Amino acid sequence: MKQFRARVRVMPRPSILDPQGQAVSHALGELGFRGVAAVRVGRAVEVLLEAASAEAAQAGALEMCQRLLANPVTEDYVLETVEPA
Amino acid sequence: MKVAVVRFPGSNCDADALEAARAAGAEAAYVWHRSTDLGGADVVVLPGGFSYGDYLRPGAIARFSPVMRAVAAHAAAGRPVLGICNGFQVLCEAQLLPGALARNAGLSFVCRPVTLRVESDATPFTARYQPGQRLRMPVAHGDGRYVADPATLDALEREGRVVFRYVDGNPNGAERDIAGICNEGRNVVGLMPHPERASDAVLGSTDGAAVFALAAVAAGV
Repeated sequence: MKQFRARVRVMPRPSILDPQGQAVSHALGELGFRGVAAVRVGRAVEVLLEAASAEAAQAGALEMCQRLLANPVTEDYVLETVEPA
Repeated sequence: MKVAVVRFPGSNCDADALEAARAAGAEAAYVWHRSTDLGGADVVVLPGGFSYGDYLRPGAIARFSPVMRAVAAHAAAGRPVLGICNGFQVLCEAQLLPGALARNAGLSFVCRPVTLRVESDATPFTARYQPGQRLRMPVAHGDGRYVADPATLDALEREGRVVFRYVDGNPNGAERDIAGICNEGRNVVGLMPHPERASDAVLGSTDGAAVFALAAVAAGV
């Protein structure tokens, strides 16, 4: 078994209002940053996992996204990388 | 009638729910979330709180607690399940109810009494109310904005599965002012407001007490 590091990005769906992003956008404006059109706040998840191969690690990480890491009603996820740790 | 109140790490309205059930005449007991046995309960209540600290998303981790397999089986058998606040979030995460509870639109935790309208009396928990009846009870949540895709919302409306709706102000931006819904079988109900905190005159309202008056359930309704 080898160790892999999977990086997942979870973002609120574009159709879902993101009050956190709006609050950050507003605060950036208050700080004097010009030209901020929109901010969306999501989350990054790093999973260190053992698997027989990179393919198996990838499959495992995808299943984690589907079952727990993202809520399909409100969020989209991207499995960004699966690399040997 | 026996009521099981499930306790997750971080539940904090469990005692209130237990008291409300007892005040309504039920035999009520706690069930720890690691248990897979509901102790022969007729009714299961998932109480409010912050199970697992709301980590990841409210209810996301609690839904995988061992007790949830028993809750799902109870629901699948057509027996009553009530989710209050965090319990509603857990039921949505567990896909025992459709949709999700997203962060409040107003950027703040809301903790105040609200007015609800009973939209359906055809659930075990609303059988003692009249459709159209207005109730006052508190909300206390940061993630209470009910969201679902338009097809799901239309189906809920068409099938009369919106059980409670906010009136005179929507505290969290919930779609179509939805405060509570039920499943297709009408035996699983979730709502964000807290009926257990409005179940005794000393709490300022008794409007929620009838949610726990489940004599009809014992009679097989």
